[in-house]
Amino acid sequence: MFTIGLGHYLSVAAILFATGIFGIFLNRKNVIVILMSVELMLLAVNINMVAFSAHLGDLMGQVFSLFILTVAAAEAAIGLAILVAFFRARGSIAVEDINSMKG
Amino acid sequence: MPITEVPNLAPALPEIFLGLAAMSLLMLGVFQNTTGPDGVMKASRLTSGLGIVMLVLAMVLVVTVSGDRLLTFDGLFVSDPFASFVKVLILIASTFSLILAEDWMEKQGCHRFEYVIVILFATLGMMMMVSANNMLSLYMGLELQSLSLYILAAFQRDDMRSTEAGVKYFVLGALASGMLLYGMSLVYGFSGTTDFDALAALFAGGTEPAAGLIIGLVFIIAGLTFKVSGVPFHMWTPDVYEGAPTPVTAFFSVAPKVAALALFIRVMNGPFGDLASQWQQIIIAISVASMLLGGFAAIAQTNIKRMMAYSSIGHVGYALIGLAVANETGVRAILVYLTIYVFMNIGTFACIMAMRRSDRAVENIGDLAGLAKTHPAMAAAMAVFMFSMAGIPPLAGFIGKLYIFLAAVEAGFMMLAIIGVLASVVSAYYYLRIIKIMYFDKPVTTPLETPIPKRIVGVLVITSIFVLAFVVFPNPVINAAGVAASALFSG
Repeated sequence: MFTIGLGHYLSVAAILFATGIFGIFLNRKNVIVILMSVELMLLAVNINMVAFSAHLGDLMGQVFSLFILTVAAAEAAIGLAILVAFFRARGSIAVEDINSMKG
Repeated sequence: MPITEVPNLAPALPEIFLGLAAMSLLMLGVFQNTTGPDGVMKASRLTSGLGIVMLVLAMVLVVTVSGDRLLTFDGLFVSDPFASFVKVLILIASTFSLILAEDWMEKQGCHRFEYVIVILFATLGMMMMVSANNMLSLYMGLELQSLSLYILAAFQRDDMRSTEAGVKYFVLGALASGMLLYGMSLVYGFSGTTDFDALAALFAGGTEPAAGLIIGLVFIIAGLTFKVSGVPFHMWTPDVYEGAPTPVTAFFSVAPKVAALALFIRVMNGPFGDLASQWQQIIIAISVASMLLGGFAAIAQTNIKRMMAYSSIGHVGYALIGLAVANETGVRAILVYLTIYVFMNIGTFACIMAMRRSDRAVENIGDLAGLAKTHPAMAAAMAVFMFSMAGIPPLAGFIGKLYIFLAAVEAGFMMLAIIGVLASVVSAYYYLRIIKIMYFDKPVTTPLETPIPKRIVGVLVITSIFVLAFVVFPNPVINAAGVAASALFSG
């Protein structure tokens, strides 16, 4: 019988994490997509934490993932707030428009 | 029988105090009457003044609490001389940047009382970071600091560059947090614990760590390198420093840098101290790359804030030499270096904040032309800071670099010291160029605004006296740094 083990969970988390990183760097359109990619990275970490926690029989990982969820919510709120301020000042949230400083 | 025991709150007293103070000031600010013509200004001045008082009181508390190594909150929080030393440094940096900020913010018309609150919360986050003794408390402290800093970068919210700096800082900072967390999850999974003491005990036997754990460690190093703005994760620094309002840049360049470096030191030498042979090479590479980039990239800059960003990347490179040697001498050298760095940088930014022309803040290096004729005292102070940053004896910056390079030579990292000296020769070019512009170039336009605000003058006097007199009275700082460094290695 096929069982889902630690390795499977870690693979899923690693794929999600890599998707998140690529989403940040390869995305050329919209900053909102970047925010989604950041969430994806944090959720990948949560999968890791919970999988390890279950595997080790230790509660710390699950506690940690609750903290990560809370911080991720705060982070999303602040990210969107900054984005709103940016949109008001610039009139656009396209990635290619974040370009007033170079060097 | 009690269900929960109240933990020993005494070691965390400064943090508890600062947290309560920040929340009370928030309430005070919210309930001020801001309908009058200068109501907003009054509220902002009131909270700013009280904020400075609170930071000073927190500093007194840190000094009072300091002493033995104390654990509390089930080992999540540690108070030791190392943490106390760094906390005093952070609080000094925050206090100075608050003193400088109010006047600039009022002139730019972006004075709001929330500024002080956010600075206080950022400072609280930094103090939690340096006292973290568990991955969990490390993460919470780091995020409290980072989230506050994102807001600060975008504080001038009607200004395009400031909000853009906020967006950039947020995106890259969140990426860094993600990598750090991923590393933590791997370390947790392959060691079974997130506690620093337990991790240190695990590796003390000299057993070969699992490959997954080393990968986790590398992710953690990448995340922390981001936070200290070391190469190759420095790309946010120039843009954020240039775009953020100048008082915020002044704050960024000192307090979070000190806190993140201290955190870096604690994580590397605490839980992973016995794996030094695994991470030393990475730190050396980061250090060399940061020193070289800081030296060369700053040469082409015309904006002084952007130049200071590259300068700070270079300084991080020098400081990381002390971490790369992974011993007590190295950590003592970093702490001395950081203390001097804080005073030099605050002084330089005080000068930058005094750069105003026809009611506008100017930030091009060319705007300093002929400063020696129009503002001789300010030009002299700026020259002192620039000579010090370049590492010219007998100023403080030279002594900081001396300790760092001595630590590298003693530990046998001769090449690292040689590269460091060469990089500091290169960086001397752009520091000395500012002095040349101030003293020998003809002023092209109207001179900078006079008089310089009293607060800026006060800060300039204090910081330049520190930089000049450090060579005569270096012992208090060096002894305290020695005690702090030995506390990190005895436990």
